[in-house]
Amino acid sequence: MDRLRRTMMFVPGSNAAMLRDCTLYGADSIMFDLEDAVSLKEKDSARMLVYSALKSFDYGDVEKVVRINALDAGGDQDVRAMVLAGIDVIRLPKTETSQDIRDVDAVITHTEREHDIPLGRTRMMAAVESAAGVLNSREIAHASPRMMAIALGAEDYVTSQKTYRSPDGSELFFARNFILHAAREAGIAAIDTVFSDIDDEEGLIRETKAIKQLGFDGKSVINPRQIPVIDSIFAPTRKQITKAMGIVAGLKEAEERGSGVVAVNGQMVDKPVVERARYTLALAKAAGMKVES
Amino acid sequence: MTENSIDRDIPEPYASVFGLYKGQFARIHDYRRAQTRVHPRRPGESKLVDSIHEAIVKTGLESGMTISFHHHFREGDYVMNLVMEEIDKMGIKDLTIAPSSIANVHEPLINLIEKGVVTGITASGLRDKLGAAVSHGIMDKPVVIRSHGGRARAMASGDIHIDVAFIGAPSCDAYGNINGTSGKATCGSLGYARMDARYADQVVAITDSLVPYPNTPVSIPQTDVDYVVRVDAIGNPEGIAKGATRLTKNPKELLIAEYAAKVIAATDYFKNGFSFQTGTGGASLAVTRFLRPMMEEHGLKAGFALGGITNTMVEMMEAGQVDKILDVQDFDHPSALSLARNDNHYEIDAEMYASPLSKGSVVNQLDVAILSALEVDTGFNVNVLTGSDGVIRGASGGHSDTAAACRMSMIVAPLVRGRIPTVVDRVTTVVTPGDSVDVVVTEYGVAVNPRREDLNTMLDGLDVPRLDINQLRDKAYAITGTPDPIRFKDRTVALVEYRDGSLIDAVHEV
Repeated sequence: MDRLRRTMMFVPGSNAAMLRDCTLYGADSIMFDLEDAVSLKEKDSARMLVYSALKSFDYGDVEKVVRINALDAGGDQDVRAMVLAGIDVIRLPKTETSQDIRDVDAVITHTEREHDIPLGRTRMMAAVESAAGVLNSREIAHASPRMMAIALGAEDYVTSQKTYRSPDGSELFFARNFILHAAREAGIAAIDTVFSDIDDEEGLIRETKAIKQLGFDGKSVINPRQIPVIDSIFAPTRKQITKAMGIVAGLKEAEERGSGVVAVNGQMVDKPVVERARYTLALAKAAGMKVES
Repeated sequence: MTENSIDRDIPEPYASVFGLYKGQFARIHDYRRAQTRVHPRRPGESKLVDSIHEAIVKTGLESGMTISFHHHFREGDYVMNLVMEEIDKMGIKDLTIAPSSIANVHEPLINLIEKGVVTGITASGLRDKLGAAVSHGIMDKPVVIRSHGGRARAMASGDIHIDVAFIGAPSCDAYGNINGTSGKATCGSLGYARMDARYADQVVAITDSLVPYPNTPVSIPQTDVDYVVRVDAIGNPEGIAKGATRLTKNPKELLIAEYAAKVIAATDYFKNGFSFQTGTGGASLAVTRFLRPMMEEHGLKAGFALGGITNTMVEMMEAGQVDKILDVQDFDHPSALSLARNDNHYEIDAEMYASPLSKGSVVNQLDVAILSALEVDTGFNVNVLTGSDGVIRGASGGHSDTAAACRMSMIVAPLVRGRIPTVVDRVTTVVTPGDSVDVVVTEYGVAVNPRREDLNTMLDGLDVPRLDINQLRDKAYAITGTPDPIRFKDRTVALVEYRDGSLIDAVHEV
């Protein structure tokens, strides 16, 4: 786990005020959108606006992601501008195949080379939004060493499946599980789709609990009001924190003893469990809970 | 030019006439209340007249006099325009108008200023086109801006003497008993109009709801009213008071409100029986939304809520979270109705609300005031009057009154509005001096006035970003760039009175 990604907030690239204010609400990642949220006639100005925002505002530690247009629809210019502006992650929408990722990777690599930017600094994530995308997500997740996450775009996906979204989410059950498996196999993050009804807090809570239980790292967010709701669901319980602290203490003790074997209360603990404990403590800290080290 | 104690240039001769601001409480002194002329009524005499024209004739209104209006109808007010139109027809000139405030709907005043009908204005503020016209030098005499408490003081001490007050009366009987809670144009409290009724030589009640004698409850009594006129309509209910004041959904305003509520809850003032006043801005109003669950959690009840009243305060009272409401004006219809319905919702006048020269105003009893700002500077001075272009577009209101007197004054404002920084090096116009301002709350965090070391200690461990005011300004300037100074011309277009009557600042022509 390199960082928390409980919430990835969408910010329309054409909205200057939101570009300025988006870091205020505690999202782990900000996704500047140059694609669907920007009308065709504003594509160029939005690209320039996001470029200038990245160059002039202080975004602190937040992870900066940009959703680009398809390569043949201005996406190549998006990639070049954003890599130059120092974006952390390029997100390709409507990814169907691993070739889509390799094509974008090539533009990023070219731009990094051209401008003496350390190769590989810019990372990538894919949004899959169709049956083909979901079924190809294993290859997509492995398509580039730049890949850090895979996300589900549910609105287009359910349409392509000839269905619609329902409160229990059964229509997304397969896609969520498949994407999650692909992400975990590749060792990258899995980000769930947006919850569109910003006034339905109960629905957001229900859906977030469900995807957290499946194993997702976090959820896309379309309104800042959704962030504290999601964060509170991802916050670990006191019991989980205590257990995690015991495991991390066991690891520290093992390191001090020069031993490779971590034991807690006489029981051996595997490496993934240690990793999980660290993640729990990071979640706890981010939720403002007390974590003694 | 002479400088006052906060380094603001005050031009002569105004500096000598009004005096210079020397500190929040430097001009509190004993005095005799102003006298008014009383024309007694004999049994059998009627106060009812047929028209505004007849009322004006009967009052003997003539050129050079001072007349007043109240602003309880806000953007729905018909009264000022009706009366001024008649005055213009009658050929009366050179009047000073002293309304409690002026709204956009009073734009026809521009024409009357051009014609010389109106030559002097004193009010809480100016909006929109009239504000712009004054800032561009339409008047020969500067407008005198007075806070709500300052206006009450000026009337009581005789600094303003009203010859004729025209009072829009939501309901009135033929003998002049007025209230604001019944009738067609209900506005609730008549707190500002009650001052005019008491201190004007002659009072004309203008109503569209003439009711049988006696009209109760009595907000303005018959003993203060000379004439009663019935007209078709005194105001547009839509513009007087919107339905329930809605709490904002703007995430930035909610964040500011949440920070403000956390600050309040962290102080020693947050205890059983505490009192508060909120402004009407989105963030300011939303503070209660975050405060209410915190009060519940701590089992706390507020003793009273003060000020301009909204339905949120009424809801809190009806839910048992606030004992009493002291109400000088109502901002929405549910509050106006509550004044009639709830015994613990009590109407007060502007002198009781905020006058610095009364025998103790309610603001002196207030714990927390949540206020807004157009600009705050690094000396904590606040501007609520002029825009970043130097044009008058706001109102002084009760800002300086509550800030000076309460135990903790908080400014809630976004750090940047559009491209305009709120926290700046030096505010365009000072309405409230930095000595009165304790905490500035923005979406980026909270700055405490260094003068309030005690507050700083109370807020130790607060889970809200803490910055000093210079850091807030730096953050604002990092976004907007450093603003160029406004180029003003020499002519003084407005004088900003501090609540005690001294001059705290002057506004120049742009």
